[in-house]
Amino acid sequence: MAGHRFSSRLITGTGGAPSLRILEDALTASGTELTTVALRRVSPDAEGSVWDVLRRNGIRPLPNTSGCFTAGDALRTARLAREALETDWIKLEVIADERTLLPDPVELLDAAERLVDEGFTVLPYTNDDPVLARRLEQVGCAAVMPLGAPIGSGLGIRNPHNIELIVEQAGVPVVVDAGIGTASEAALAMELGCDAVMLATAITRAEDPVLMAGAMRDAVAAGRGARRAGRIPVRRYAQASSPAVD
Amino acid sequence: MDVIINGERREVSPRTTVEEVVRSLTQAPGGVAVALNDEVVPKAGWATTRLGDDDRVDVLTAVQGG
Repeated sequence: MAGHRFSSRLITGTGGAPSLRILEDALTASGTELTTVALRRVSPDAEGSVWDVLRRNGIRPLPNTSGCFTAGDALRTARLAREALETDWIKLEVIADERTLLPDPVELLDAAERLVDEGFTVLPYTNDDPVLARRLEQVGCAAVMPLGAPIGSGLGIRNPHNIELIVEQAGVPVVVDAGIGTASEAALAMELGCDAVMLATAITRAEDPVLMAGAMRDAVAAGRGARRAGRIPVRRYAQASSPAVD
Repeated sequence: MDVIINGERREVSPRTTVEEVVRSLTQAPGGVAVALNDEVVPKAGWATTRLGDDDRVDVLTAVQGG
């Protein structure tokens, strides 16, 4: 992605973990090499730092623009994130409203174009809209990250057909981002041809985050293997695997 | 003079620098960024950038999220 080779196809988030210790164990178990962080005002009484956790484990930080509702907000946050984390990679989120947390497509495209112009490597969190995905790629985004379902919903991939359309046309990596609830849904994303899966709460809010992190690691690898192997066609009726007569 | 630091109005001495504001909030060696009236102040400019009356300073860092 953007000229950088990762051996893990699982991108994780850090929101929702019960503690930094559990987060660190889960990130390690997931095998992730790229993990999102948010940018917020310094709190003098914060204990420990997620930035230290990532550095200690050699995980590349991917700052996001969570909490931004306009292109202007997102630009400002991205510039600050670049300064704080010394990376020009940005997971671009521009949200329409608090209730759905769905991306605002107009503000998103505007922000993406301006950030690309400023030299950022832009990874936009987008709707599962093939047309918008194409437009994001055309303005120079380094990947497209369509949602499987709304953030934190655990509804899985609600529109696999759209995800397939996005994959078919994309010349940049496609990452399903948001909506994944459990391992089979991460595997499905990969079976549909996505290049990676991004998830946070499916791990951090699982009953056992570390166990789920390992399951997600395996699911992404399994789904990728199945995609590369090529699934059999779906048939209406049975087909014996061993012929009854020679 | 009065300034607004991370959303709170505070009185600071004249000629206070951005660096001094940052160090009053965190000793973290890295992972911190500063906006002065919504404009990024690069780290190299913290020590030489002085606050004026009614300036808004935001000191931000990476936290769990996303």
